[in-house]
Amino acid sequence: MIVELGAFALCLALALSVLQAGLSVAGRMRASPVLAGAGEGAALAACLAVVLAFLVLIWAFVVSDFSVSNVASNSHTDKPMLYKVAGAWGSHEGSLLLWCLVLTGFGAMLARARTGAGGLPFGLKAVAVAVQGGLGALFLAFVLFTSSPFGRMDPVPVEGASLNPLLQDPALAFHPPLLYGGYVGLSVCFSLAVAALIEGRPGAGFWPAWGRWIRPWALASWALLTAGITLGSFWAYYELGWGGWWFWDPVENASFMPWLAAAALLHSAVVTERRGALIGWTVFLALVAFTLSMLGAFLVRSGVLTSVHAFAVDPERGLMLLGILGLTAGAAFALFALRAGQLTGKALFAPISREGALVLNNLFLSVAAATVLVGTLYPLILEAAGGATISVGPPYFAVTFTPLMAVALLILPMGPLLAWKRGDAVGALQRLAWAAGLSLVFAVVIWALFQPRQALTGAGLALGAWLVLGALAELAERVRLFGKRTAGELGRRVQALPLAAWGMTAAHAGLGLFVLGAVVETGLKVEAARPLEIGQMVAAGPYQATLRAVEIVEGPNYLAERATLDVEPLGGGRPEMVRAERRFFPAGGQTTTEVGLSFHGLDDVYLVLGERRAGESGGRAWTVRMHWNPWARLIFLGPALMALGGLLSLMDRRLRTADVARRRGVA
Amino acid sequence: MRRLILTLLMMVGLSGGALAQEPPPTPDQPLARPEQEARAQALFNEIRCVVCQHESIADSPAGVASDMRRWVRDRIAAGESDAEIREGLVARYGDYVLFTPPLRAGTLLLWGLPLVLVLGGGVVLVWIGRRRPVAEGPAELTESERLAVQDLLKAATSGPEDDATSPPKTQG
Repeated sequence: MIVELGAFALCLALALSVLQAGLSVAGRMRASPVLAGAGEGAALAACLAVVLAFLVLIWAFVVSDFSVSNVASNSHTDKPMLYKVAGAWGSHEGSLLLWCLVLTGFGAMLARARTGAGGLPFGLKAVAVAVQGGLGALFLAFVLFTSSPFGRMDPVPVEGASLNPLLQDPALAFHPPLLYGGYVGLSVCFSLAVAALIEGRPGAGFWPAWGRWIRPWALASWALLTAGITLGSFWAYYELGWGGWWFWDPVENASFMPWLAAAALLHSAVVTERRGALIGWTVFLALVAFTLSMLGAFLVRSGVLTSVHAFAVDPERGLMLLGILGLTAGAAFALFALRAGQLTGKALFAPISREGALVLNNLFLSVAAATVLVGTLYPLILEAAGGATISVGPPYFAVTFTPLMAVALLILPMGPLLAWKRGDAVGALQRLAWAAGLSLVFAVVIWALFQPRQALTGAGLALGAWLVLGALAELAERVRLFGKRTAGELGRRVQALPLAAWGMTAAHAGLGLFVLGAVVETGLKVEAARPLEIGQMVAAGPYQATLRAVEIVEGPNYLAERATLDVEPLGGGRPEMVRAERRFFPAGGQTTTEVGLSFHGLDDVYLVLGERRAGESGGRAWTVRMHWNPWARLIFLGPALMALGGLLSLMDRRLRTADVARRRGVA
Repeated sequence: MRRLILTLLMMVGLSGGALAQEPPPTPDQPLARPEQEARAQALFNEIRCVVCQHESIADSPAGVASDMRRWVRDRIAAGESDAEIREGLVARYGDYVLFTPPLRAGTLLLWGLPLVLVLGGGVVLVWIGRRRPVAEGPAELTESERLAVQDLLKAATSGPEDDATSPPKTQG
């Protein structure tokens, strides 16, 4: 009965979304605040209805109601509670419902956004709410008619088939909500862009204000995407047991493209807000970013891609998703083409200026996104066109994507030091001279310390250090660290620094830390594998691991062979105990590895327990694979810092429309 | 009882997994000469496991990947060059087996597009820049000049209009 309530709530949400679109459009056309207000009310109600449906689905998982086929095929009574709840969004149907939840949630937030002085104009808001309602209706209809998670089955199975054990992991339980927050948060940018194309008019400061309205949504989406992708990458790192963290897998690429577009949008929106320039480009990016999100959803669900992360779904539903994608993106870009002529700003700027630097940022980020897009889709297109089947993997991106980004990152620290309109490149370089010098020294020292010495590793080290120190140099410049100042004045300057400035510094420095981690890990990691009997050891890099014991342990829904290993530095030292497991899940008959991680400063010692076999002396032995991954911690800490930077910027009160209105009122 | 059943399942699943499926692959025997083994490791990363989902044979635990690794090591030991080994693999499995797509007529767009886009974008930017006059009038103040002016204006409480990345007024 409760499950039918969920299905009913979903129907209601669909009706309310249609109503939201209709009422908002009517409100706009008749200039009636009452009708538009009713549209906003429908947006809130639609969100509540989806929340209800979502809670019902979680409830069905929690009580293991196997008469619901989605629960039966993705849950099991033995599963720990966290994964019962997370199982609600672990399948195609459930994750689409999560998508709709986020979509209507953002729609409700948009409906609650301030209007009037400093806030969104009446017309723009009404149209944006209508577009958001239309998107909600399309996706809710898709869920309801093709992928309802509430379908019953008869006869009711006694036990469920359980969630893929690879997905039963805390990181992966929270990965989809964060990722979808980012994907679907971009829908608000899309809606605001479509609304601006319809409502926008040149002059009167409309476009700079639009840049300000769109920025918090872009910022929030980008920060959520950063956190979600990082969590997913961390999961792949320690759950798949391959020692890698990014494989240029098509599904990873599908999440990376919207991230790149959102990063570009974030920067170009600043130019639109501050200088009224790049209007058409910013609108275009806002449309592209959500289109890429939808493309990702299609790629993952259509079955055209084979990947660890993909949902195995029939092509028919994939085609319908492609239809939604074609309809929304097609209409939006047609509208854009119609209006593109009117989207030119009057603002002028010299090539060397803050604007110029941000234009370059956008050039590189968008070409990088296009590269990932081509690399992901080309094998599909080539095969469909009757050509050969090819694979596009890491070596391709190493020679296309990486150089593009390297150039972009080389210019990055300059940007924040250049003035708007016309910058002083020589002055900026002078102020960065110490950062550049220190980076080179740092790179040479680290490069000399470690084997093997590769030129590329050295260059990457210098680049990463340049980003971190460049970000700090900009911060020092802002608080005038090197001026003749008293400590008190310095403290006041630090206090007075807006959160957005801290956010930018954190994000740019986080990017630098990531580069350092990625470069060192890729260039210097060492791997070794051998069968170990109890008491034998394996060594990789400056560490060795000794197998102490292997026992069979029983988990809540699995049995495991658990190896206990002692990890210690090669020269001897205090050993640290690490556990690595091989888990067998009877429900699905699958085996997974639970990596043993031992942290040593920034380095990871990473141990994978393999199969049992005969050892050298005929006794029982287990294959143990050991990786030494130097600086691997930075690969995940860097992006975490970037996401934090986004959050800090988002909390800056000057981004809030209400506050802008108040300040304008005072001034 | 439940424990017994689970333990039995476990034996089938973990050690004998085996009974139903392929036998566990024999462990890799690294090549004796380190420079040859390094070549092998580098090659493993660009060769796709033909039964897996987007995994290189360096990463894949599958038996086929293990066989492919052994084949590559054998070829290196037999004195073949990296290029010959790649050719041999493509002859056996097709272009699909290499993560580096081949360069030929059908893949020109794939390889060329990034460069064309970035150069094309650069040319367009230069062209737009030439067509438009550069900002007229006096140049904007340098950062240090601007900060000095802002300090002078502090008493007057109203500084220049700020953006999200510029220093704030002391009192808004």
